[in-house]
Amino acid sequence: MNDLVLMRKNLFRRPVRTILLIVSILIAFLIFSATMSFSKSITTFNSKPNRMVTVSKINFTESLPIAHYDKIARTEGVSVATHLNWFGGYYQDPVKGFMPVFAVDPETYYEVYKEDLPLAENVKQAFFTERTAMLAAEPVAAKWGWKVGQKVPMNSNIFSQADGSHVWDFTLVGTFPTPPGSSQTGSVLVGYKYFNETISFGRDHIGWISFLTKSAALNDQVVNAIDQRFANSADETSTQDEAAFNKAFAAQLGNIGLVVTLVVGAAFAAILLIVGTTMVLAVRERTQEVGVMKTLGFTSGRVLRMVLGESLLLTLIGAGLGTGLAALALSLASGGSSGGPPIYFDLSVIKWCVLIALAFGLVTGLLPAISAYRLKIIDALARR
Amino acid sequence: MADLIRLTDVEKSYTRGKEKIVIFDKLTMHIENGDFVAIMGPSGSGKTTLLNLLGGTDRPDKGTIEFGGARIDALKENELAKWRSANVGFIFQFYNLMPILTAAQNVELPLMLTNLSAQKRRDNVATALKVVGLEDRARHRPRELSGGQQQRVAIARAIVADPKLLLCDEPTGDLDRTTADEILGTLQLLNRQLGKTILMVTHDAAAAKFAKRTLHLDKGRFNEKELAA
Repeated sequence: MNDLVLMRKNLFRRPVRTILLIVSILIAFLIFSATMSFSKSITTFNSKPNRMVTVSKINFTESLPIAHYDKIARTEGVSVATHLNWFGGYYQDPVKGFMPVFAVDPETYYEVYKEDLPLAENVKQAFFTERTAMLAAEPVAAKWGWKVGQKVPMNSNIFSQADGSHVWDFTLVGTFPTPPGSSQTGSVLVGYKYFNETISFGRDHIGWISFLTKSAALNDQVVNAIDQRFANSADETSTQDEAAFNKAFAAQLGNIGLVVTLVVGAAFAAILLIVGTTMVLAVRERTQEVGVMKTLGFTSGRVLRMVLGESLLLTLIGAGLGTGLAALALSLASGGSSGGPPIYFDLSVIKWCVLIALAFGLVTGLLPAISAYRLKIIDALARR
Repeated sequence: MADLIRLTDVEKSYTRGKEKIVIFDKLTMHIENGDFVAIMGPSGSGKTTLLNLLGGTDRPDKGTIEFGGARIDALKENELAKWRSANVGFIFQFYNLMPILTAAQNVELPLMLTNLSAQKRRDNVATALKVVGLEDRARHRPRELSGGQQQRVAIARAIVADPKLLLCDEPTGDLDRTTADEILGTLQLLNRQLGKTILMVTHDAAAAKFAKRTLHLDKGRFNEKELAA
């Protein structure tokens, strides 16, 4: 037997109480890990310092004329540019089947994002040349059981064809991976040409333009050149680097950081009070045992360490289970995702969980530990 | 025989509210190595306080306490804890076993303060349980044992680290006569065969008969004739 065994046995002397405490700590850390990871997932994308985005100055949901694309692509300092349209896509069910579908110019899109599009040559060529070609994120294809070569009827909740139909038939020519941090925030990529030719309104307009500058050092110069060029026109632009654009995009979902802080703060504060009070009671009810241990020769310092250790053990078990459960839940959620930013368990969360669990354990254990430290043997043994 | 314990001019008092209660006023006494002393006296006479002072769980206000020729009243708290673990075994009226531990684990507790290997600890625990006749109850928890068996476990815990001195505070106060006599017989055995010095506080005259001598304490003073004997 050693101190750790004694701590474990003390901790589980009332198993139901301890399990309930562990569950409450688990819930706090589950919420913390899940929200932190979610926040990271939707705000952290691979961004290149020289990758820029131009959107309408009014709002990024406002479309721009295709002519803007040509002018931007020819701007001095721009090496390659592409454009994207929000398709408003869903598969079968408007809610369950909703997914980010982008109509893009395949060849230039590939040039701008090729680091995150590891496509086989035949897939790439099919995407470039086939009119109805479609690429899908791997998790999305897996979720819906799509196979390469299959016709996929994709609905739009915005656009319609000339005959009034909202359904486009695309052919899946390949898939692409979406590892954590991938720049590919879309689930499905389809060809702009086919899209533009068949829509009944909004033709020759694009959602936004993404481009690479020849060097990040030229970014400011290019931004000024583009935005000044369209200033005072009917379609003024706002150009920024990709990281800023992604941040602004994520901000549309609300202040995730504030939400995380408030939700997690409230959960931790509640659990801190519960666990702290219970630890005080748990140690108080074994005052006499503490007295006996000191009588046998356990020093006050060792008793203090054991009570603190017990509290740390409790919080580390709860935190470990909560964090593990969050990782499992996010892994399952990621598997069933319809796409968009890949939701993943962020490993840096573990570091925070360990730090918080240690702080939590020390705070909740400090009071009973000091009380046990100060306890006089004759006072402890007199309590019966 | 040489003195194991010597108290010289020990003074001890407590404050209850505004009242100062004097327990000992210049108490001087000595206990020889290998003695088995029963201490009797009415409630409030200072019996338990004396055990606390001898066991280093309380300190005198004045005077000195020596153990094997070395003063223990001047030791710092951590030194006193180490001294206790090496030299004194405690046996309480209500056994004071830890309910979450088995009999063997309870007995092992004092050995957690030593540098003995796990195997040596197991051997010592087995020996201590054998001495008190409970080797077949090693895996039982206190609630699965009778009062007498629990007190035997407490005795095993008290002797496992091989201390010179055993301090017993009403060790049979919670037991029936037959069981009490068995426990007292065990203490007698420890005194006679292993040479343990035993101080036993008791209200029970029958229990005191198991000791080599009995000292009566009243209002903080021993009967001078008994003390001189």
